[in-house]
Amino acid sequence: MKKIRVLILRTAGTNCDYETQSAFELCGAIAERVHINTLIERKDKIFEYDILAFPGGFSYGDDIASGKILANEVKNKLGDEVKKYALSGRPIIGICNGFQVLVKIGLLPDPELFKQISTLSYNDSDKFECRWVYLKTEKKIKNESSCIWTKNLPDIISLPVAHGEGKFIPMNEKFLDNLNKNNQIVFRYSLKDGSEPEYPLAPNGSTEQIAGICNKKGNIFGLMPHPERYVFALQHPAREGFNSKYGWGKVIFQNAVNFVS
Amino acid sequence: MKCTARCETIKILNLSDEELFELSRKNVLSMSLEEMRVIQNYFKKLKREPTDVEIETIAQTWSEHCKHKTLTGAVEYTEEKDGEKTKRTYNNLLGETIFKASVELDKPWCLSIFKDNAGIIEFDSENGVAFKVETHNHPSALEPYGGSATGVGGVIRDILGVGLGAKPLASTDVFCFGDPDIEISKVPEGVHHPKRIIKGVVSGVRDYGNRIGIPTVNGTVYFDDGYISNPLVYCGTMGIIPKNKIDKKIESGDLVLVVGGKTGRDGIHGATFSSIQLDKESDVSAVQIGNPIIEKKVLDTMIKARDLNLYRAVTDCGAGGLSSAVGELGEKTGAVVYLDKVPLKYNGLCPWEIWISEAQERMVFAVPPRNIEKIIEIFEKENVEAVCIGEFTDDKKLTLMYDNDIVASMDMEFLHNGVPKPIKSAFYKMKEEKVQKPVEMSSFEVSNSLNSLLADLNICSKEWIVRQYDHEVQGQTVIKPLQGNNIEISGPGDAAVIFPYTVVKGTKKGIVLSNGLNPQYGKINPYNMAASAIEESLRNAVAVGADIRRISILDNFCWGNPNHPEILGSLVQAMEACYDISKAFEVPFISGKDSLHNEYSINGKKYSIPSTLLISAMGIIENVENTVTMSLKKDGNKIFVLGITRNELGGSVFSKIRNIEGGIVPGVYHRESKDIMEKIYSAMSENLIEACHDCSEGGIVVAVSEMAFSANKGVKVDIDAIKIYSYLEERCRSGREMTPAEILFSESNGRFIVEVEPDNEEKFKKILDGSIFSEVGYVSDDKEVIFESKKNNVKIRQNSEILLNSWRNTINW
Repeated sequence: MKKIRVLILRTAGTNCDYETQSAFELCGAIAERVHINTLIERKDKIFEYDILAFPGGFSYGDDIASGKILANEVKNKLGDEVKKYALSGRPIIGICNGFQVLVKIGLLPDPELFKQISTLSYNDSDKFECRWVYLKTEKKIKNESSCIWTKNLPDIISLPVAHGEGKFIPMNEKFLDNLNKNNQIVFRYSLKDGSEPEYPLAPNGSTEQIAGICNKKGNIFGLMPHPERYVFALQHPAREGFNSKYGWGKVIFQNAVNFVS
Repeated sequence: MKCTARCETIKILNLSDEELFELSRKNVLSMSLEEMRVIQNYFKKLKREPTDVEIETIAQTWSEHCKHKTLTGAVEYTEEKDGEKTKRTYNNLLGETIFKASVELDKPWCLSIFKDNAGIIEFDSENGVAFKVETHNHPSALEPYGGSATGVGGVIRDILGVGLGAKPLASTDVFCFGDPDIEISKVPEGVHHPKRIIKGVVSGVRDYGNRIGIPTVNGTVYFDDGYISNPLVYCGTMGIIPKNKIDKKIESGDLVLVVGGKTGRDGIHGATFSSIQLDKESDVSAVQIGNPIIEKKVLDTMIKARDLNLYRAVTDCGAGGLSSAVGELGEKTGAVVYLDKVPLKYNGLCPWEIWISEAQERMVFAVPPRNIEKIIEIFEKENVEAVCIGEFTDDKKLTLMYDNDIVASMDMEFLHNGVPKPIKSAFYKMKEEKVQKPVEMSSFEVSNSLNSLLADLNICSKEWIVRQYDHEVQGQTVIKPLQGNNIEISGPGDAAVIFPYTVVKGTKKGIVLSNGLNPQYGKINPYNMAASAIEESLRNAVAVGADIRRISILDNFCWGNPNHPEILGSLVQAMEACYDISKAFEVPFISGKDSLHNEYSINGKKYSIPSTLLISAMGIIENVENTVTMSLKKDGNKIFVLGITRNELGGSVFSKIRNIEGGIVPGVYHRESKDIMEKIYSAMSENLIEACHDCSEGGIVVAVSEMAFSANKGVKVDIDAIKIYSYLEERCRSGREMTPAEILFSESNGRFIVEVEPDNEEKFKKILDGSIFSEVGYVSDDKEVIFESKKNNVKIRQNSEILLNSWRNTINW
């Protein structure tokens, strides 16, 4: 069987690249950490990979705004390739800083538009926070969303968040309505029983508790929480997981690898 | 010697003693008269005046900060006990205490101790783990944000600069501050208010640590008004390194490559200024400016270059800047450096400023000429500046050039070994400790004290700080700083465990990090403070699952001015305890650091910090799946107290809040304690323990409450079942029984609270056979935390949610 190849794009300040690599490897893929300068030298190289990941971190120190500089660099120097890649239907994931980058490039929520129409801004608490939260995927969305990344998950999972700028804000009501209508909001912060949370389980004050979204087609997925930090049950605060070994974050990576296979 | 316009000659050959001393003071050289005289004589022999570059180089190299003259120097020590004086002379205080213990223990798994930027122990057959804790006190007092941020950056570079470079895996940060609620009028002139310092320091650690992507997983915050004008900021980092990358070597002809940040005027005189007392004139320009992203880029690229074997040695630019880094690497060979080639942030720096600037994020490499192009390419490919500034020679001299002029030329031997060894006197008078008057309290008063203790600054939740740090980046933090059974509620963990699965593929092993610190004890008994700090650090590590046979420790002494015999005397006491306890537990020291002169002077008044010893422990865990957290797991499980409770309230948090006079400082009874630690590990290896918590500040009552409220459960404890030691025992002799309050609040060392399932009880007891322990109660489903003594008719009943709120509302800004 052909090995699935994953490109983990890194730059100055990327710092979740190793664990993202490990997560994909755990799911049977070959994952490579590639510096953006290397990719810019040979832009076509991107098409040698089946999956593209924008890992977490503080790209370029999050100077100006989180993910902004890397987003501009990708757009200006790799814009055509990345757009083509996205529209080809190959899976793309952006985690935390990577989500911020996807939103600021404009790959989310709509890669055809390829324009920034939402943002991730400062947490309401006005500080960086690292904690575990509950995420809910509504039944309806689970059944109807085209998101390839979130299949086979229980209705409520927990994942850690660690960010200072995670408050999702769409440009206007219309875009928000579209996100809802197209079942693009795949993860919302919630309580354990699925009900509406307050701070701190609502960690940042996101519009409609949005934690993760995908594009209409379902191949591009961005989220603030860190699934790569929960691939083993051991990583959960109470060591919960499935098959007494794995964490629910693993399923997210496995979904993409299976999809490409 | 010819000098450029930018380099001056300093006339010292004909100076009088007074003039020599004034020169040292005026230029922040921090050198003693004796040292100035040695320099004068050296240049008399050379028959010339020194340049400013030379004087500054010597000052940095000889500074207390770099040379640790007090700790490695001679001490005439006098001890007074019951009116009798005994004397002892140390030729090398460190060498005859801490270092001696490690040499005598001679553990084969200690791979590199006390010689590199960090200590290294064995992780597995392929890898070692390195650990270092530094202090960044003076900078954090003047500029809290920049001071703590560069403290983090600095210690990370120690890990990058150990051997041929380790990959950092986790950080630990310990702070000592004044009371954040103190009235501003009580803060000495020229000092920042504690709350401002705290917020600045926490933000600095957060922004540096989070950005560079190294999880801050462990720490302590300690409050005492003795730290108002002189806060302490300890920053530590642990990293992993292949065993075949531990040795450095330099060959003549290797090139000097400086990598990373540019050099600027920030951090001039950092090394020397941290070796003297602070006052309101202290210069903020001595504090460096940090940039974590530059350091991250250096980390990313240098590990690549390391694995391609492109260099022979590396070290970081820390205190003393290039002067220390090149000086250390070239000590045996000699080196020539072209200062005009050093990349600068801006123009206008004099040669001596370039040479001693402590600008951040710089590493110095020794690169064989054949590899130079390749290594520079690796750095430049990821936008990291790498410039060749000189080479290692074979003339055993340090030669500095600027614009083709020689601006310094000195023998390495003089520079590194020329510093005269001071002889300092130390004096310590043993204080008599007496058991306090019986502490009789009603059930109601004990209940109130429990809530006050949980809310006390030194016990309360530090969640406000912990959650600002990304303690889970890298995904390897499997025992977290805050622990609970769900994600809503958590209590204070004893230690953190890192599971380095992304670096060592397929491993089951983990690395535990913990610490011990209790300056309050030191005010009464510095020996037992040090002993307790070591024991506490071990206890914390053992509580999560560490094997006492595979733990190593670091010392960090922060003391006042060592020129006062009493202050140095308490240091001698603490160091003797380090020797004794390290030997007794067979736990070696692998590295350490001291920061003396923590004193602030204003209007003729001097404020000195309490003598403070931080012990940081690092251990190897065979199987991370066997580790446990501190929160109670299941209703009906049994609660055991392991270890003996003695009447030891001296220096306790309880004594402080109740203003109790007297009391005996907790001692360390190593046989009992080591035995229990070994047995806990055996029991955990068989998965017989559900939860385990170290019993320290606040005593049993606080430890049990924390285990209960972090699980949102209840617990019932029979006070009469707790094993207490005979009241006739030598040290704690009182001629009376302990009262229930004394049993509950005593801070005796060597104790653990352990939760065991009824089914495992027999096996557990069998393992513990021969040790002192007792079953004291059980986990209940009603959320009521109950402590009862039928004998004394005392019953404390508290709701665990109320206790949780007491604990977590103190620091919530």
